[in-house]
Amino acid sequence: MMSVLRIIGIIILAPVVGGLLTGIDRVITARMQGRQGPPVLQPFYDVLKLMQKESIEVNSMHRFFVYVSMVFAVFTTVIMLSGGDILLAIFALTLGSVFFVLGGYASNSPYNTIGSERELLQIMAYEPMVLLTCIGLYYAEKSFFIKDIVMADKPSILYLPGVFIGLVFVLTFKLRKSPFDLSMSHHGHQEIVKGITTEYSGKDLAVIEVTHWYEVIISLSLVYVFFATSAPGSHVVAAIVCLGVYLFEIIVDNCAARLKWQHALNSAWIVTGVMGTVNLVILSFFMK
Amino acid sequence: MGAITVLVLFPLLAAFAVLLVKEDDVRNKIVRVSAGITAALTLVVVCLFFQKGIAYSYRWETGIDLVMAVVEVVLAAYIITIGIRYKNYAISVLSFLQTAAILCFELTAKSQIEVENAIVFDKLTAIMVVIVGVVGSLICIYAVGYMKTYHIHHTEYEDRKGFFFAVLFLFLSAMFGIVLSNQLTWMYFCWELTTFCSFLLIGYTKTKEARNNSFRALFINLLGGAAFAAGIIIIGMSRHTLELSVFTAQKPDAYLMIPVFLLSLAALTKSAQLPFSSWLLGAMVAPTPTSALLHSATMVKAGVYLIIRLAPLLGASPVGKTITLVGGVTFLACSFMAISQSDAKKILAYSTLANLGLIVICASVGTEESIWAAILLIIFHAVSKSLLFISVGSAEHQIGNRNVENMDLLLGISRKLALCMMIGIAGMFLAPFGMLISKWVAMKAFIDSNNILIVIILAYGSAATLFYWTKWMGKLVSKVNMRQQSENEFHLDEEIPITILACLVVVSCFTFPIVSKYALIPYLNEVFLRRASMPIGAGDIKLMLYMLSMLIILPISFIPVYKNDKRRRVPIYMAGENTGDNETFYGACGTKRQVELHNWYMDSYFGTKRLSFFSDILSFVILIWGVILLIGGIAS
Amino acid sequence: MNLNVVKKSPWILHYDGTSCNGCDIEVLACLTPLYDVERFGIINTGNPKHADILLITGSVNEQNIPVVKQLYEQMPEPKAVVAVGICATSGGIFAECYNVAGGVDKVIPVDVYVPGCAARPESIIDGVVKALDILAEKKKAMPKKRIGEK
Repeated sequence: MMSVLRIIGIIILAPVVGGLLTGIDRVITARMQGRQGPPVLQPFYDVLKLMQKESIEVNSMHRFFVYVSMVFAVFTTVIMLSGGDILLAIFALTLGSVFFVLGGYASNSPYNTIGSERELLQIMAYEPMVLLTCIGLYYAEKSFFIKDIVMADKPSILYLPGVFIGLVFVLTFKLRKSPFDLSMSHHGHQEIVKGITTEYSGKDLAVIEVTHWYEVIISLSLVYVFFATSAPGSHVVAAIVCLGVYLFEIIVDNCAARLKWQHALNSAWIVTGVMGTVNLVILSFFMK
Repeated sequence: MGAITVLVLFPLLAAFAVLLVKEDDVRNKIVRVSAGITAALTLVVVCLFFQKGIAYSYRWETGIDLVMAVVEVVLAAYIITIGIRYKNYAISVLSFLQTAAILCFELTAKSQIEVENAIVFDKLTAIMVVIVGVVGSLICIYAVGYMKTYHIHHTEYEDRKGFFFAVLFLFLSAMFGIVLSNQLTWMYFCWELTTFCSFLLIGYTKTKEARNNSFRALFINLLGGAAFAAGIIIIGMSRHTLELSVFTAQKPDAYLMIPVFLLSLAALTKSAQLPFSSWLLGAMVAPTPTSALLHSATMVKAGVYLIIRLAPLLGASPVGKTITLVGGVTFLACSFMAISQSDAKKILAYSTLANLGLIVICASVGTEESIWAAILLIIFHAVSKSLLFISVGSAEHQIGNRNVENMDLLLGISRKLALCMMIGIAGMFLAPFGMLISKWVAMKAFIDSNNILIVIILAYGSAATLFYWTKWMGKLVSKVNMRQQSENEFHLDEEIPITILACLVVVSCFTFPIVSKYALIPYLNEVFLRRASMPIGAGDIKLMLYMLSMLIILPISFIPVYKNDKRRRVPIYMAGENTGDNETFYGACGTKRQVELHNWYMDSYFGTKRLSFFSDILSFVILIWGVILLIGGIAS
Repeated sequence: MNLNVVKKSPWILHYDGTSCNGCDIEVLACLTPLYDVERFGIINTGNPKHADILLITGSVNEQNIPVVKQLYEQMPEPKAVVAVGICATSGGIFAECYNVAGGVDKVIPVDVYVPGCAARPESIIDGVVKALDILAEKKKAMPKKRIGEK
């Protein structure tokens, strides 16, 4: 009974927090640009409005995929926040992302398709680092379960500083921030219109937005597990670091212009190769 | 015992029957019935011996040896002749050398060696037999429908269907022989037989390209065969045994590693690992059932099967490390190269190479978990890949070519075929499906055995895998308006195997815990002589099964939602005026312009030319390094 | 609550017809820190499928009539149209041109007319805010009418 309540709590609270973070993001971005910016609750207004709007479609297939994508994002969030297997969570998340990409293809629209291709490229760019993060955590803590990892005596960051830097680097992809917001961006006018979401409207678009909130939570919980330990105080530290990382990503978003896909792929894979590999290799010497 | 003999001999009988009958209809019936009987026999044998297993010898062993020797000589004579005829002397020399060596060995040293169990049927054999029997016979049935259309399409090739089916059955028989025999010379005989079948099938169309590719396949596989023969002779001379099970149970020392290395080399050529991979890519000229049967589901699995058998000797040894690295290079390079391909069969070929590489890694790492993963990979890969191959074959007949770029038409032409293909693709890389389960365990096994480099290779390779499969799937789901009619009939002979295999892909994912519990764990217990346990926790398996159920239920539940929710349909946004058909827009001066959407191939990154050159060299260097380590081991 | 939400997040699609680009520039000026329309939750989407308000500057001519119609069709209900500047209202100084059809209301129903040549950012924002009330009304009427099923 408790676990059911807990799962329901996660499903409801995660997007609320995610939405709030997105709202704060928009305010901070506006302030950095010397504007006043929208209210903090603006993302919620947007989504509620979208829910009430008419949903139009270009064919019968493409909206199905975004709903499946959201289901798996929720599934991932539940696994992660209830302390489940981190690798399984990442697989589920990837499954959701793949469905999102397929939705873009299914509409057969030029902007959606090019958005899909870029999204796919982004997944390819960040996937190795995310996998290495899970592996690194397992290597350091001898468990894939988040509930075990956060109960360790020492925070994982001590073993995995390189992996952490790499993760923060690729989170830029996942949070859809410049310079790696190739497939769609939070910012208005761009050369591929609204990228992968171009053909969605009304409820479907709201679903995509909510999915993104879940993904924000998933991304930040990946950061969280690096700092949390059995000591209660560490959880406060972990939460603060999460906010710090988010703030950092916002600042990067506002300072950087979008890169070409070649640079995105190169930089992500090189950072993964250097940070992840070196860290794991060094760790393997200590583990022997 | 009798059942096993029948299982091996029945396809042989069918091959002769098919070869003799000239009537098309009668022959098709024979093929269907024989394939059905083969599948049934497989299940009977597995039911009979699965629980207890069986190991025995034949009384008339010398007779069998004699027959094999005669067939070997005839084969060698044939190969030497065609080698001379087509000025491909390397083949003749190779064939002559290895046959002569094996014959000398059989006539002299072999008589002193006692073979206790020529045939061993254990849990691993059972799994392999099921794969060969079930997948193989489904592909034979499929071939009936496929070849009908094939010769309508390609009138330029001589119609040799009878020969084709006969070789398929001969191949099945040889394949059963490989997985069942414990006696190395028998295994070697069947091994050479599969090489020969593959040569005949690749050269089926008799074009120049086909001939060249078939010779390349023959050459590389003979190279492996030579290594195999040398390995057998060394084992026989130094260890006085010819039984694989006895051999693998020995304590590994530096001298033992030489035959292990030779046998692994043979396995690498058969499984088309770099630098021996070119034959498998060339083999794609053959009619699709060949590719499905030989080059994805069964023959290439013989190589990894042998490595799994050798696994207890490989492990952390230098040879093991070498094989692991070769597998790693193959996995990574082929996953990358698959991105740059647009020919569906080429993608499948590269993905096959990559997955075989992964299986080789898992098998040669040689821990309990990794072998668990390797065997599961074999199962899932055989089912998914053969499904993909045969559905690509049918799609080629439906849309006229096998370019992935044109597969966006498929959904309009045959919804069912597109769906089956999607299931196959999902089976290859998506989360709750088989391949990913094994990949997951493989990853865990590699970390547990401290193989950091391999883990990193796996991470990059998986990302590339995701890319090329998803973009293919994307083409399948995109809805093009064009209403094109199918060019050819979708035969029932094609539809039934495709449907069954698609179901098998899903069923195998649901039942893998059962397979693990009743087949893999007991096998691992036997090999490692201690209690193995399931590498994935029960809670995770439950979650995986939830995910799988969701994937099945969600599309179904979407249908009623969709029925009640009719929406306004508007044209696609094109930043110019859409003419209304979603295919064209009004350009400057009011002309209609076509929208063309293409996938990414990133040739400058993942082009085959450069990559294959470097990866070939790299894997070759690794093998040389392995040889040096081997010599160094003996010297010290 | 319902009505409020529609008014709190108006997303805009901006289309420029036959014009001198004066109003066009002023629309973009609204996004700058000085006027900062995002205060009202206004976003310039550049995509009809996401937009609530179609902001048209300049008059329509024979060439862009189908384009404007299609953009309007591609927007989900409820939607409002704001004609910005005198050209969009009546054709302005281009009205007499052989190829100009006139104001936007010749092609699609216009809800708010913003005067000016060029229209000032303040008045453009004012026009959009006026359109919000109309949007809310349309939203109220929507379930009964099922707009969009022609």
